[in-house]
Amino acid sequence: MTTKSKREKTVKWGEEPKIGWMEAMYLPAVMSGVATAVRHALSGKPMTRQYPEVEPEIPANYRGVHRLNRDEEGRVKCVACYMCQTACPANCIEIIAAPAPKDDPHWENRDKYPATFTIDELRCIYCGMCEEACPVDAIELTSIYDLTGMTREEMIFDKEKLLSVFDKTIQSGQDPVRTNRGALGPASEEAETAKQGPPPPGRGRKG
Amino acid sequence: MIEYMKELWPILWPTLGAIGVILAFVPILGLYMTFIERKIAAYIQDRVGPNRVGPFGLFQAIADGIKIFLKEQVIPDHVYTFLYFIAPTFSLMTAMFALVVMPFGPVPVEYESGFRYVVAPGIDIGIIMMFAISSLSAYGIILGGWASNNKYSLYGAIRSCAQFISYEIPLGLSIIGVIAATGSLNIEKIVAAQGGSLWDWNLFWQPLALLVFFTSALAETNRLPFDLPECEQELVGGFHTEYGGIKFVLFFLAEYTHIVTVSFLTVLLFFGGWHFPGLTGPVDASLGGMLLRTFVLVAKVCGVVLFIMILRWALPRFRFDQLMGLAWKGLIPLGLVNLFLVAVVLTLGLPKHLLAGTAVLLFVAAMISTYQLQRTLNQSNPRVMNGGIRGVSV
Repeated sequence: MTTKSKREKTVKWGEEPKIGWMEAMYLPAVMSGVATAVRHALSGKPMTRQYPEVEPEIPANYRGVHRLNRDEEGRVKCVACYMCQTACPANCIEIIAAPAPKDDPHWENRDKYPATFTIDELRCIYCGMCEEACPVDAIELTSIYDLTGMTREEMIFDKEKLLSVFDKTIQSGQDPVRTNRGALGPASEEAETAKQGPPPPGRGRKG
Repeated sequence: MIEYMKELWPILWPTLGAIGVILAFVPILGLYMTFIERKIAAYIQDRVGPNRVGPFGLFQAIADGIKIFLKEQVIPDHVYTFLYFIAPTFSLMTAMFALVVMPFGPVPVEYESGFRYVVAPGIDIGIIMMFAISSLSAYGIILGGWASNNKYSLYGAIRSCAQFISYEIPLGLSIIGVIAATGSLNIEKIVAAQGGSLWDWNLFWQPLALLVFFTSALAETNRLPFDLPECEQELVGGFHTEYGGIKFVLFFLAEYTHIVTVSFLTVLLFFGGWHFPGLTGPVDASLGGMLLRTFVLVAKVCGVVLFIMILRWALPRFRFDQLMGLAWKGLIPLGLVNLFLVAVVLTLGLPKHLLAGTAVLLFVAAMISTYQLQRTLNQSNPRVMNGGIRGVSV
């Protein structure tokens, strides 16, 4: 060691790595490297999944394509409150509300419904805020992950398309599950209570 | 004229046939080596590899070929057009030209008639010609790097140049021992000299030469432990950054041709060529014997190619100073030591297998001394840090 100047004291020098002459030869390391490679090559257990044939198991709280839920009578559950549209950070939801047809007994207990409900699936960032904002749990993100299309137009989902996603996921049993899912939101609860008493635990839609 | 041609034909057709075989097989081999390499890489990395096109993905190579031939020919604005086009052609040309003296099957004793498994049989300076030609392949890479008019390409080319020059020396030194033992530069004669028992293969009495030869030959092919000229992390793509489509493929074909050349040379010089226990002695001209020997040779070559491909996925890349250090401080002294030992054994007429043990011992001794030297260097001046390897600041 030479004399240490002030500057050198601020530098901490690490220990010289101790290598023996065997390691200085490179060859043992080369051999062990080749052995590792050959062992992996002969193990014959690929870590990869053959995707189109074997589909991955998507967790139930995955945020994929949206769907619009139906209520028990098959109507769109959405009450056109614009909460999701307001919450959406990507501005991909566009709702046009309309008063529910009063003379139709089917729409008896509803004031408002969405005349159109479009989601631009290309603009959406799949953050799930619409789902959290929804007071009646009408909009949900499913676990459908392989969303593709040939044009931009067909990736803009309208109300019918979103309802069909609901039908499809209900049939295939790919129902989304949220961790904060319990009783429905307060607005929905009040509506349900007024109609048919206290909601059952779990999914209001099913009960 | 026609009479003359008729006279010439028996000599001409084996040569033309051999040229045809090489011209036909090199591109197919190149394509399929990419496929095999991808498969091996996949297996080593616990993947499956290409398996979509055809059974086991066997047609992947053909699909790649079609795709690459149909690609748009992009010529960047800033290149020297003439050199830019010449470089990949030159690269492949030199790589294939080196195969002229390469026997790809057993060469019968009489050269006069019949198919001879080599384009130019009986050339007395075979190995020298092969090294002279394959050294030229650096020219193609340097031309490509220069013509690309791009700093990364030029860096790759310069690295390649330095690497080629450095590794030519141990490459030459390592085969001098073999040549001295055989007394001939003729590749066929070198193989014939290993035709006795299994223990006559040069591998078993010049292991040091094999080590030096194989390492430097690997460096000459620009393959992964030594692929500094095209190392992606530092140089984008190295010398072929500006190349695409068929021009890129020519570069790659040249690389794979080099691998084949190196594997053939390793087998012919050290692993006894087409000899095998039970298949020794002079080559008989019967068809069965020829085919069997060709099969033995090709199987050995495939083994070496396989080893080179496994090495690619087993070893990390050398840093440039380590690369130079390996050549100048490791391989060249070892090559000289090996040459000296061979000279001593041949001059004193000692049993040649004495060389193997001595070589191994000397190899170990050389490494110990190198290590000691490095350690004393480190101790005397820690700030020099042996080219940056030791004394890492924490």
